[in-house]
Amino acid sequence: MNPSDTTTIIGFFTGDGFAGYADAAAGVVFLIMLATTLVGGIIACTAERLVRAVAGLALSFIGVAAIYYFLNSPFVAMMQLLIYVGAVCVTIAFAIMLAAPEDTKKIGPSGPLSGPLGLVTAGLVTMGMTGLAVNTTFSVLPKENMGSVKLIGIELLTTYSMVFELVSIVLLIAIIGSLVIARHGRSK
Amino acid sequence: MSILNLHNNLNTYLILAAILFGMGVYGLVTRRTLVGMLISSELILVASSINFMAFNRFTAPDPTVGQIFTLFIMAIAAAEAAIGLSITIAVYRNYKSVDTEDLVDLKG
Repeated sequence: MNPSDTTTIIGFFTGDGFAGYADAAAGVVFLIMLATTLVGGIIACTAERLVRAVAGLALSFIGVAAIYYFLNSPFVAMMQLLIYVGAVCVTIAFAIMLAAPEDTKKIGPSGPLSGPLGLVTAGLVTMGMTGLAVNTTFSVLPKENMGSVKLIGIELLTTYSMVFELVSIVLLIAIIGSLVIARHGRSK
Repeated sequence: MSILNLHNNLNTYLILAAILFGMGVYGLVTRRTLVGMLISSELILVASSINFMAFNRFTAPDPTVGQIFTLFIMAIAAAEAAIGLSITIAVYRNYKSVDTEDLVDLKG
C-alpha cells in the first residue's frame, strides 16, 4: 500500500472526504430551503383564503431565515425568525381575525390586472431583474473582516449608532401611531 | 457548476430575490383585500433584504454593513405591519369592509 492510498483512506474518515459529504449535505439542505421559500411565496400570493396566505408567508420566511444562515449571518437569521415569523405573521393573523370576514362575497382576485395581465406584469419584473443580475459583472472587493456578531454589535453602537437610534424612534412612533389610529371611533 | 454548489453563487440569491419580488408584485396587483396586499408587500421587503444580504456576503468589503441594513429593514417592516393592521381596522370600522373596490369615496 503506498502512502497516497493511506492518506485517502484516513482522509475519508477524518478530513477531506467527510468535508465533501458535509458540503453535499449543505447543498441538499440549501435546495430544500430554496424550495420552501418559493412554495411558501406561491402560497402567500395565490391562496384563496387569507389565513392560508399567512401560513405560506410564515413558511417562506422560515426558508429565508435558512438562506440568511447560508449567507454567513446567523444573527440576522435568528432575527428573521423572531421578527418576521414571530411578530409580523402574528400581527397579520390578528389583522385577518379583526378585520377580514371570511364570508365576503368574492375572495379571489379581480380587477383589470388580475389573471393573465397580472402574471405578465410580475413575469416581466422578474425577468428584467434576473437579466440584470445575470448579465452584470459585480466587482468583488477583498474582505476586511468576517462580519461576526461581536463586530455587528460594536458597529451598531459606534459607527451606525444613528441607525440604532432611528429604529428605536421609528418603532416608538409606530406603536403610538397604530394605537391612535386603531382606537379612533372605537366606542361607536 | 454542480447543483449542490448553488449556495456559493451570487446569482442564485439574486434570482431568488427577483422571483420573490415578482410574487409580491403579482399579489399586490391581484389581491382584493387590504390584508392580502399587506402580505404581498412583506414578500417584496424580504426580497430586497435577500439582495442586500447576498451582496453583503459576496462583494462588500465590510460584511457587517449589510447585516445592519437588513436589521433596519426588518424594523421598518415590523412598524409597517403594525400600522397597516391599525389602518385596516380603522377602514373596516368606517366601511364594514376591507375590499379595495369598496373604498371609492374619493372617486368622481
